[in-house]
Amino acid sequence: MPCVSADGKPTKSGIEMLSALKGGASTPDALSGATGMPMFRVRSGLRQLVNAGFVKQVGDNYQLTPEGSKIVP
Amino acid sequence: MVILMEEKTDEIRLPLIGEKAPDFEAATTQGTLRLSDFEGSWLVLFSHPADFTPVCTTEFMAFSEIYGELKKRNTELLGLSVDSVSSHIAWIRNVEEKMGVKIPFPIIADLNKEVSQKFGMIHPAQSKTETVRCVFIMDPESKIRTILYYPLTTGRNMKEILRIIDALQTTDKHKVATPANWNPGDPVVVPPPGTTEQAEERTKEGYDCKDWYLCFKKL
Repeated sequence: MPCVSADGKPTKSGIEMLSALKGGASTPDALSGATGMPMFRVRSGLRQLVNAGFVKQVGDNYQLTPEGSKIVP
Repeated sequence: MVILMEEKTDEIRLPLIGEKAPDFEAATTQGTLRLSDFEGSWLVLFSHPADFTPVCTTEFMAFSEIYGELKKRNTELLGLSVDSVSSHIAWIRNVEEKMGVKIPFPIIADLNKEVSQKFGMIHPAQSKTETVRCVFIMDPESKIRTILYYPLTTGRNMKEILRIIDALQTTDKHKVATPANWNPGDPVVVPPPGTTEQAEERTKEGYDCKDWYLCFKKL
């Protein structure tokens, strides 16, 4: 499912991914393990969350941006 | 006689067995996906002619039934037709409501036929607007390992799709081939020897050899 809706807000799946990132999962593999989502959905979701400014990629890892942290304080 | 050949530079060359599949980005019922998002898993990319049609409905129910078996084989499913996301959503909701079957895999909405043309899924003599029933089985590196084409009127055989995946994964793991009508547990074919020395050696290896070029073994 998309992680960001048409109005730019994270969806239920998006919030699940942001929560997993906050919980320490920082790679697609770890996010797939933490959320139970298949890898193709994690990769697609991360792309959407990065484009929407909720997540940033640092090397092979992903981190919450300040905008993302506001969603999962 | 001189035959003039017209040079066609804009022709789309279909991906063939052994080649890496061309990447794409497409709208699906589970968001925008790229083919490369599936790397690391085996993938069955399949097309169907249209939503809300009888044979396709039976196929989608059948694909859903084997979804668990596919997951056990580290294999994902990705459907495709020249319909919109809204049409796909309406159809899969209808299948769930009327047939009690949930469709767990994404379906590409290929309205501009970009993906279907890349993969040769439209056969104009069958239909200029609908995709025929294609199956592309790809390995975790997105290399095409099997291509199947079925006409509009013939639904696919799920057992055969599972059997092909089992055969390909067995081949990769054990460096063997699988004979006609092979199923998991059956003897496999040992690759033919490349030298006379290997041909001589294999007679001592305990294989079930019908002749030097046709040897079976149990895994």
